[in-house]
Amino acid sequence: RRNEINVTTKYSTTPPDSDPSQRRRVHSMLKHYYGLNEEGKVTEQAESLDPCDINGPHFDPEVYLNKLRMECSLGELMDHESCMVKQIRSLDSDMQTLVYENYNKFISATDTIRKMKNDFKKMEDEMDCLSANMAAITEFSAHISGTLQDQHAQITKLSGVHTLLRKLQFLFELPARLNKCLELQAYAQAVSAHRRARCVLQQYSHMPSFRGIQDDCHVIMEQLAQQLRQKFRDGGSSAKDLSECVELLLQLDEPAEELCDKFLSHAQSRFEADLQGLEAELKDSPVTDTGGGLVQKTNPGSNPVSPSSSSTTNPFLSPTAGTDILEFIDRGCNEFVSSLCLVIASYQELFINRPQEGELASKNIPEMANGKLHVFVDTLAARYFSLVERRIQEEKGVSDNSLLVRALDRFHRRLQAISKLLPGSAVPSQGTEIVVRAARERIKQYLSALQTFYHDSLTDVRQALAAPRQSAGGASVSGGGATSKDATPSLPELLTSLSNFILNQLKSVLASVHLFTAKDITFSNKPYFKGEFCSQGVREGLVVSFIKFICQSSRQYCESAGDRGGSTPPALLLLLSRLCLDYETSTISYILTLTDEQFLVQHHTPVTPVTALCAEAREAAQKLLNHYVKVQGLIISQMLRKSVETRDWVNTIEPRNVRAVMKRVVEDTTSIDVQVGLLYEEGVRKAHSSDSSKRTFSVYSSSRQQIRYAPSYTPSAPMDTNLLSNIHKLFSERIDIFSPVEFNKVSVLTGIIKISLKTFLECVRLRTFGRYGLQQIQVDCHYLQMYLWRFVSDENLVHFLLDEIVGSAAHRCLDPSPMEQSVIEVICERG
Amino acid sequence: MGSKHTNELTYDAQQCSPGSSSQAFSVVNVLCFLVFWLCIINAWAVVLSACFQARALTAQTAETDAIRFLVGTQSLKFDNQIHIIDFDDENNMINKSVLLHDAGEIWHISGSPADKAVLTTCYSKSEFCVCVSCRPASESRVLTCAAVWRMPPEWESGNHESPDDSSNNPQTLELLCHLDNTAHGSVACVLWEPMGDGKRLISLAENHVLLWDLQESSTKAKVSTATLEGKGQLKFTTGKWSPHHNSTQLATANDTAIRGWDLRSMSQIYCIENAHGQLVRDLDFNPNKQYYLASCGDDCKVKFWDVRHINEPVKCLEEHSHWVWSVRYNHSHDQLLLTGSSDSRVILSNMVSISSEPFGHLVDDDDLSDNEESQQEDKGKEPLQDSIIATYEEHEDSVYAVEWSVADPWLFASLSYDGRLVINRVPRALKYRILL
Repeated sequence: RRNEINVTTKYSTTPPDSDPSQRRRVHSMLKHYYGLNEEGKVTEQAESLDPCDINGPHFDPEVYLNKLRMECSLGELMDHESCMVKQIRSLDSDMQTLVYENYNKFISATDTIRKMKNDFKKMEDEMDCLSANMAAITEFSAHISGTLQDQHAQITKLSGVHTLLRKLQFLFELPARLNKCLELQAYAQAVSAHRRARCVLQQYSHMPSFRGIQDDCHVIMEQLAQQLRQKFRDGGSSAKDLSECVELLLQLDEPAEELCDKFLSHAQSRFEADLQGLEAELKDSPVTDTGGGLVQKTNPGSNPVSPSSSSTTNPFLSPTAGTDILEFIDRGCNEFVSSLCLVIASYQELFINRPQEGELASKNIPEMANGKLHVFVDTLAARYFSLVERRIQEEKGVSDNSLLVRALDRFHRRLQAISKLLPGSAVPSQGTEIVVRAARERIKQYLSALQTFYHDSLTDVRQALAAPRQSAGGASVSGGGATSKDATPSLPELLTSLSNFILNQLKSVLASVHLFTAKDITFSNKPYFKGEFCSQGVREGLVVSFIKFICQSSRQYCESAGDRGGSTPPALLLLLSRLCLDYETSTISYILTLTDEQFLVQHHTPVTPVTALCAEAREAAQKLLNHYVKVQGLIISQMLRKSVETRDWVNTIEPRNVRAVMKRVVEDTTSIDVQVGLLYEEGVRKAHSSDSSKRTFSVYSSSRQQIRYAPSYTPSAPMDTNLLSNIHKLFSERIDIFSPVEFNKVSVLTGIIKISLKTFLECVRLRTFGRYGLQQIQVDCHYLQMYLWRFVSDENLVHFLLDEIVGSAAHRCLDPSPMEQSVIEVICERG
Repeated sequence: MGSKHTNELTYDAQQCSPGSSSQAFSVVNVLCFLVFWLCIINAWAVVLSACFQARALTAQTAETDAIRFLVGTQSLKFDNQIHIIDFDDENNMINKSVLLHDAGEIWHISGSPADKAVLTTCYSKSEFCVCVSCRPASESRVLTCAAVWRMPPEWESGNHESPDDSSNNPQTLELLCHLDNTAHGSVACVLWEPMGDGKRLISLAENHVLLWDLQESSTKAKVSTATLEGKGQLKFTTGKWSPHHNSTQLATANDTAIRGWDLRSMSQIYCIENAHGQLVRDLDFNPNKQYYLASCGDDCKVKFWDVRHINEPVKCLEEHSHWVWSVRYNHSHDQLLLTGSSDSRVILSNMVSISSEPFGHLVDDDDLSDNEESQQEDKGKEPLQDSIIATYEEHEDSVYAVEWSVADPWLFASLSYDGRLVINRVPRALKYRILL
C-alpha cells in the first residue's frame, strides 16, 4: 500500500535518466509491471509464483511485508526500506518520461483517422452505382444465349456426321490405297495407313462390308510383308534400308526374335567374308613371312653397325611378300571392326533403343536382343582375335618394332569404339590382353635376339682373334713373339667395339621397346604398361636378364672349356673378363639408370638392385681372369713338364746352352704380358731398383747357392741349408699357387709364373739328375731368373721358387757338383 | 752336436691341456736347431731327419693295436731308411724306430694285411756309381724295382728306447723276394690284396698289371698280366685294389684316365677318360660303398665317382690350391675324407651326402663301452652337411702322402717332402657327432 502511494506521489519528481542501458532496463521493468511483453520475445523467466518476488505478477505485499518483518533485523529493514524508496522513485520518473515521449504520436494519429473517415464516404456512393450496372448486363446475356440454343445443337451433330463419313471413306479407299503404295513401294505409308485402320476393321468385322475390306487389306498386307521379307533377305540394300525394313516388319507384328536372328545371320555372312579375307592373308603369308622371320632370326644384327655386318639382309629390305602387320591390322580394322561397329549401332537402333509402344513393350525385346548381340559380337571377336594373335605371333623378326606398336595401337584404338557402343562387352579387355601378351612376347624375343647377337659378336671376336694368329703362326715359325704382336694390337679395339656393339644394340632395343609406352599410344596408360611392363618386363625381363646372361655365359666359358684350355682362346677369356669388369664399374649402372629414366620405373615390386648385378659381374670377371691365368699357366706348365719328363737327366751332356724350352717360356710370358697389358692396368709391384735383376741375381747365385751346395762337400752343411730353408719357409708367407688374382697385369703375370714354376718344381722332384742334369737346371733357372723378375709383383717369389727348384734338383742329384756361377752367367748371356 | 742331429730323429710330442687353445703354433728353437715342436690339441709333428726327403707313407695294415705308421725316405746320398712311427695314445708320446733300407730310395711303401712284419717297397735303384770323377756312363739308368721285405724281429726291443742311440747301426730289413721283372720296366706301386692272407700282390709296372702269388714267403709266381693298350709311353701312375667284389677288381690311373680291371679275366671293365683335367695322382675306394671311388689330380680337384655312371663325377671338391697328391677314405666312417696337396695343406672333409651313412648312424646299439667303434646311439639328428672340417697347415712343404691309422679310426698322419710327419686327430666335436 505504501508502495502505491509512493508511485503516485513521487511521480513527477524523478528526473529523466540519461543512461540508455539503465533506461532500457527500466523500460522493460515498466512494461513488465503493466503486463506487456515485448513482442516476439518469449518471457523465459517464467513468472515465479512466489508472492514474495517483488517483480513477479503474484506479488503479495502483505506476505512480503510479513516475511520481511519476520526475517530481518531492524537495521536490515531500514536498509530495505530506503532501497525500496529509491527504486520507487526511479520508476516514477521513468514513467513520466515515457508519457511525454508518446504524447505527440497520439495527436498525429488522431488527425489521420479523421481524414480517412471523409474519404470512405465518397467511395461508398460509387460502389452502389457499379452494382446496378452489372445487374443489367447479366440480364442481357441470359437473353441472348436462350435464343441461340437450338442452332448450336444442330451444328454439332452435322460436324459429327462429317467426320464419320470421312473415316468411312478412308476405310473404303484403303485397299486401293494400299495397292498403290505397294506399287510405288511406299511401304512405310502403307503400313501406317493399315495400322490406323486395323482396329476399326477389327471392331466392325461382323458387318459384311467391313469384313470384305478387312480381308482385302489382309491380303495386301500379307503381300507387302512378303515383299519386305524378301527385301530383308536379299540383303543387297543399305543398312538404312534394312533398318527401315526391320522397323516396318516389326510394326507388322513380325516376331522380333526371328528378326534379330535374321539380321544377325545376315550380318554374319558379311563378316564371314571379311574374316576369310583376313585368314587368306594369314594363310598365304606364313610361307613368305616365316622365311623373312628366319632370315631375321639368323641375323638379329639389325643394327647397321653390328660386327656381323655381313648382314645384307636389312630387315627393311627383307622381302616379305605378304602384307606387314600394320596393313593386316588396318585391313582388319577397316573392314571387320568398322562394319562390326556399324552393325552394332544399327542393331541397337533397331531392336534395343526403339521407343517402346503398345504390345511390343510387353515382349521385352531389348533384353533378348541385347543378349543375342553380345553372343554374336563375342563369337565374332573371338575369331578375329585368334586371327590377330596368329598374325602377331608370326611377327618374329625384331626388326621394326614401331610397325608392331602402331599396329597394336590401331587395333586397340578401334576396339575402344566397340566398348563405347557395347558397354558391357568383354571385347576391349580381351583386346588389351592380346596387346599385353604381344608386348610380353616381344620382350622375350628381344631378349633372345640380344642373346644371339651377343653370341654372334663373340664368334666374330673369336674369329678376329684366331685369324691373324693363324696366318702369323704359319708365317713365322721361329718368331713366337712376332705372332703375338700381330694378333694383340686389336685386343683393345675388339673390346671397345664389342662393348659398343652390345651397348648400342641394347639401346636400340630399349628404344624400340620404349615405343610401347609412348604417350600417343592408347594402351600405354593401361596399368600393365605403366607398372609391370616397365619394371618386370623391361627392367627385369630384358635388361637384367641380359646382363645376367652375359655373366652366365662368361662363366660357362670357364667351366665348359675344361681344364686343358679347350676351345676358348685365352685372349677371349681375357677380353671377356675385362668386359665384365667394365660392366661392373660403369656399364651396368649406366644401363639401369638409362632404363629407369626412359621407363620411369616405379618399383612396386622388388627388383634386382644394381649392386647385386655388379657383384655378379665382378664375380664373373674374377672367374674369367682366374681361368685365364689357369689356362695360360697350364700352357707354360705343360711345356715345362714335358721338357722335364722326357729328358734323361742322368745321362745328359754338359750344358752349353739354355734349353730352347726356357726361351720359349720367356717369350710366351712376354707375349702374355703384352696381351694383358693391353687390357689391364699395370698394377703395383713391390719396389725394386731398376738393376734389381742383376743385384738380386748375384745374391741369389753367389751367397745362397754357395750355401746350398756346400753340403756335398762338408758333411755338416746339409743340416744348415735345410734348416735355413726351413726357417725361411717358416717365416715366408705360404704361396697359394692357384689363388685368385687381382685385376691388374702384374697380378695376372704373377699368377701365371707361380703356376709354371711350381709345376717345374714338382716335376723336378720326381726325377733323378746326373751332374750335368743339375747343371742344366742351374742354367735354366738362371735364365728364367734373368727374365721373369720383371713381370711379377714380388720378385722374391720368383727367387724363392727358383731356389727351391735348384735345391730340389741338387737333392735329387746323384753327383751334385754345381756349375760355376760365372760359367752359368756366360752361358745365359750367350743364349 | 750338429753331426749328432744329422742322422737322427729329434722329436717331441706334447699335448696341451684340452680346451686351452685350439690354435696351432709353432716354436722354433733356434739354439737347439732341429727341435720343432708343434703343440696343438690333437696334433703331433715329427721331423724324420734333416737330410731325408720322404714321399712314402703307410699305416701298418696288420697292426690293429698300436697306432703305427711306416715312412720310407728318399735320399740319393745316404742309406735310405724306413721309419716306424709309433704313437702312444695314452701318454701322447711318439716313438720312432729306424730300419735300414739300403736298396735305394723309397717311392712307395705298403704293409701286408696279414703279417705285420712284412712290407713291400718300390725303390729306385741306379746302376750308376756315385763318384765325382766318374763321367756319366751312357748305359747308366735309374730303375724302379719292388721287393717284399720282412722286418727283423728285434727292432721292437732294440731301438726305440734310446732314440739318440740310433747312430749306431740300425737294423736292416730282411729281403724276402724281389718282385722283379725287368722286361716290364719300372714299378709304380705295389698293392696287397685288401683283407687277404698276405699272399697276393699286384704291381703296376709301366703299362702292365702284374699279379703275384707269394709262396713260402720267398718264391714268387707271376700269375697273369694285363697290358694297357694305347700308343706312346702310357704308363700307370697309381692304382688301388678294390676291397669289394671279393677283391676281384682293380682301379688304375694313367695320365688323365681311370681304368677299372677285372682280375679274373684281366680285362678292362670301365674307363673314365679325362677323369681329371690333368694327371690323376691318387685313387681310393669307398670302403663301404662298392661302386664309389675318389680320385685326385693335378687340376686341384678331388672327384667322386660312381663307376656305374662314369660320364659325370658324383661330386667334385675344389679346395686345394695346387695339385692333390693323395686321397684317403676313413676305413670305418667313409664320410671322412683326407686329402694332401702340394700346396702344403691337408684337408679333412666330411662328405656326408655321398657316404654310406647320409643320415648318421641308424643302428641302435646298447653297448656303450668306450670303444669308439661301437659307441653308437640312435638319436634323431638332422643330416649333416658336406663340409670341410679342418684344414691343417702344419706342413711347410708339399704333402705327398696322407694315411689313416688302422688301429684308431680317428687318427691320421700326413707326410710332407721335407720329412715332417704330422699326426692329427679328428676334432672331438665331430667325432661325437658321428658316433652319437
